[in-house]
Amino acid sequence: MCYTFQNKKGKKMKIQILGTGCTKCHTLAENTKKAVANLGIFAQVEKVEDLNEILSYNVINTPALVIDEVVKSTGQVLSPKEIEKLIKDNL
Amino acid sequence: MFEYWERMVDFVFFSILNLDKTSLFVKASHFFIYDTVKIFILLLFIIFSVSFLRTWFNVEKVRVYLQDKSQLTGNIIASLFGIITPFCSCSAIPLFLGFIQARIPLGVTFSFLISAPLNNEVAIAMLFSLFGWKISFLYISFGLLVSVLGGYIIGKMKLEKYILMDVKPLNEKLENIKIKLTCKQRIVQAWQNTKDIFTKIYLYIITGIAVGAFIHGYIPTDFISTYASGNNWYSVPLSVLLGIPMYSNAAGVMPLVEVLTNKGMLLGSALSFMMAVTALSLPEALILKKILHVKLICIFFAIISLGIIIIGYIFNSIL
Repeated sequence: MCYTFQNKKGKKMKIQILGTGCTKCHTLAENTKKAVANLGIFAQVEKVEDLNEILSYNVINTPALVIDEVVKSTGQVLSPKEIEKLIKDNL
Repeated sequence: MFEYWERMVDFVFFSILNLDKTSLFVKASHFFIYDTVKIFILLLFIIFSVSFLRTWFNVEKVRVYLQDKSQLTGNIIASLFGIITPFCSCSAIPLFLGFIQARIPLGVTFSFLISAPLNNEVAIAMLFSLFGWKISFLYISFGLLVSVLGGYIIGKMKLEKYILMDVKPLNEKLENIKIKLTCKQRIVQAWQNTKDIFTKIYLYIITGIAVGAFIHGYIPTDFISTYASGNNWYSVPLSVLLGIPMYSNAAGVMPLVEVLTNKGMLLGSALSFMMAVTALSLPEALILKKILHVKLICIFFAIISLGIIIIGYIFNSIL
């Protein structure tokens, strides 16, 4: 699951969902895809399931949302709306 | 607080519908309607408040805070954090490994892993709405005792060799993740969480209350105090054993326990049962089995069970 595009500013946004494969993690990934589609931007959406990689972000409460290497939320299933807002703040 | 609601149900039942006050069916349905609405209102309110409060805490912060704490102090702080930190058993593995990675002692990690599910928002909300603040307070304080002592004993037993995954300890100090939330975002998150929990548990609660209402209306008190009062020596361990497979049904089980205690079941047995339902979580044990040796999980379960059983006996003898 990996889509690489570029946004209007030519900057590649990288959105990662950290999670070990629980239902909450799947929902967050789905919501993120919806948010990206709603905004009509190009972003790389990636799921990170490797435990060591998750831990390397200092995250221990999954699912977590990471935008451009910055942890934005942990242990929360954000709605597409909330994710849209986080993405816009980072554009 | 709910006197008006009770009067309203009384009014509808006996003045408008003119139902027979002595009929068992009327008694049971009166109890059912009164209790369901009361519990739903209290539940929504309490779960929302707890979720809102918890937006200020997360396990990442707890980990940073626990990093350099010694045994015992660490056990106490970890248990206290278990009450106010949102935790889902689905992230037990990253949590466990993350704690070990930060060189937090195994016993302190277990203190948190006992306290967090024991003090989950549903259990607290159900206890408070059904039994009032005194019993909730007793439940939480004895729960803390179990998690502090349980974690401390596990720490003393030197069981680190039973962790099946190699964790490289971090050498540098952990940095806190900074996530800024506005008040509105906190409210939205808390409400989202409340809705999620509520949709998951409301059917269990209705079923629990319905069975409770049946017992309340149809089964005479003498029957229960003779057969289920829990005055036998084995009632406490039996309640603990019965509590283990009930994990996902904590919300439905508690209304039943309320009725049983009203009808003569001893409070100690009831408390042990409720603690077993929340603390001895089979799903969590199965998740942890991926990274922990079965031996360690069995010791973990045995120590909590023993603690809960002792508490049950103490309660039965003093209350």
